[in-house]
Amino acid sequence: MLSKLKIKNIHLRYFRYKKNSEFKKALFFLAPSLLGISIFVLIPFVDVIRRSFFDAMNKKYVGLSNYYSILGNEAFIKAVKNTVRFLGTCIPLLLVLTLLLSLLLYKQKKHKEFLKISFLLPMSIPVASVVVLWKLLFHENGLINVLLHHFHISNINFINSGKAFYILVFTYIWKNAGYDMILWLTGLYGIDESYYEAASVDGAGRVAKFYYITLPNLLPTIFMIGVLSFINSFKVFREAYLIAGDYPNNSIYMLQHILNNWFVSLDIQKMSAAAVLTMLVFLILILLFKLLDKTQEE
Amino acid sequence: MKYKLREEIKTTLLIGLTLLVWIPLWMILSGSLMGESEIVQNVGPVFNQSKGMADWTLFPQYLTMRPFVKLLFDSPNFFIMFWNSCIQVIPILIGQLLIATPAAWGFARYEFRGKNILFFLYIILMVLPFQVTMVSSYLVLYRFKLIDTHLSIILPNIFSAFPVFIMTKFFKTIPKSLIEAAKLDGANEGYLFLKVGIPLGKSGIFSALVLGFIEYWNAIEQPITFLVRKKNLWPLSLYISSITTEKIGVAFSASVIILIPTLLIFLYGQKYLEQGIAASGLKE
Repeated sequence: MLSKLKIKNIHLRYFRYKKNSEFKKALFFLAPSLLGISIFVLIPFVDVIRRSFFDAMNKKYVGLSNYYSILGNEAFIKAVKNTVRFLGTCIPLLLVLTLLLSLLLYKQKKHKEFLKISFLLPMSIPVASVVVLWKLLFHENGLINVLLHHFHISNINFINSGKAFYILVFTYIWKNAGYDMILWLTGLYGIDESYYEAASVDGAGRVAKFYYITLPNLLPTIFMIGVLSFINSFKVFREAYLIAGDYPNNSIYMLQHILNNWFVSLDIQKMSAAAVLTMLVFLILILLFKLLDKTQEE
Repeated sequence: MKYKLREEIKTTLLIGLTLLVWIPLWMILSGSLMGESEIVQNVGPVFNQSKGMADWTLFPQYLTMRPFVKLLFDSPNFFIMFWNSCIQVIPILIGQLLIATPAAWGFARYEFRGKNILFFLYIILMVLPFQVTMVSSYLVLYRFKLIDTHLSIILPNIFSAFPVFIMTKFFKTIPKSLIEAAKLDGANEGYLFLKVGIPLGKSGIFSALVLGFIEYWNAIEQPITFLVRKKNLWPLSLYISSITTEKIGVAFSASVIILIPTLLIFLYGQKYLEQGIAASGLKE
């Protein structure tokens, strides 16, 4: 009994020793990256957390007053609401549309490479090129309106009205469809073919197969695709900014816009408080994702 | 027979969908080959130059390369901005190779306490939008007196967490047995990294580079915040928004030239792009 415990102890010690020596080796490779990230991101961010509790001169501790001031700021609340509305619309829409697209492509034989390249292309088209074209298409005097005239629909101002929101959703889906398509396809090809064969023998139809085999097997991928689509959704700011500028239509005035505008007026405390809050929200969201992922696995 | 018909309908539908990509691309390309008067006439109403509605034809009425000539030989600004983009993007990618590749190897190859937490930190940094870290980055760049220099774009991006994340996933797929075998032959850790890790993780490195190029060639947020007072350092991605309305004739040809590098990288690196995307979705 005792000897068993001893052996276990030695094992543990050996393991600890190994982990320690591995840590030194790992550190050798990790050090430059860790050092850079500390200097450029981590330490400055700690400074920002501190600043969020201080006044404009960065001298006097003011408690939560910076936080109260942004939470009472109408523009900020509006921007948060818009951002949530945008994410809540475009991410589910993108996931569903690209899943449908990948299901169509999954067993496609003819022109498969051509199709894949086509759908991936928009992600490599520079923002600057997109912007000129979008103006030409969606402007009040633009080509879409020319087309609509043929159906006797009068001019719609897509860029400077609530419609801007939908243009942005469209842009996001257009740019990211290829990315998500690849992710879904990877997930689909990872499903064992034999499941489908067995289901066919049992007389399962297409819908049943999708519901009982495809969907459950894709579940682990869905979380990752969700996270990546979420990251990419913040990049639409580029298009929004280049097309509509600092102060676009109210419907697409987002978190990125207000932070950018506070930055221009060098409103450091407000920005610090907002950065800390957003960081917290992100942290909670990612932890939730991880948790969901874990429970899903079990 | 019924099956075949269904296949045909599906293929037609999918090809129809690709028009959403090809029509815009064709419009950019054909617009770049239009004469200046034609383009002004077509798009003038959109850029508040003339009244009426925009117009477009499938093909340019007169094919001409003149907008390109004008852009390349008569727009010094365009040249400067193109050069700025190169000065910013190339060092970022080289720096990432030097910094992120070993870091990814450190994550993929070794076990140590706190590794998962550290990797989680990298994931968070990767997910954060630029605007969240904008103030902190600005403050540190300001302290180092780097604001309004190329380095304000280059340095923070070299330490991006994204390439580390991608490459780690690739390095993890290298079979342990291979590494053990090399170790038995007496290879030390540095040798393992250079002679086993890098050759076998090559596609991961290329994937990170391709995705990185697309990202930094399109940089908008960083230059408008960190190069606020130095517009002469702005990259090409901001060229079109900086051209004046009298010069809309070159907007399309500029779009095409901005597009060419990414398109080439896309066509040659498509395999790596796909692998990179697929790897980003892999679970650890």
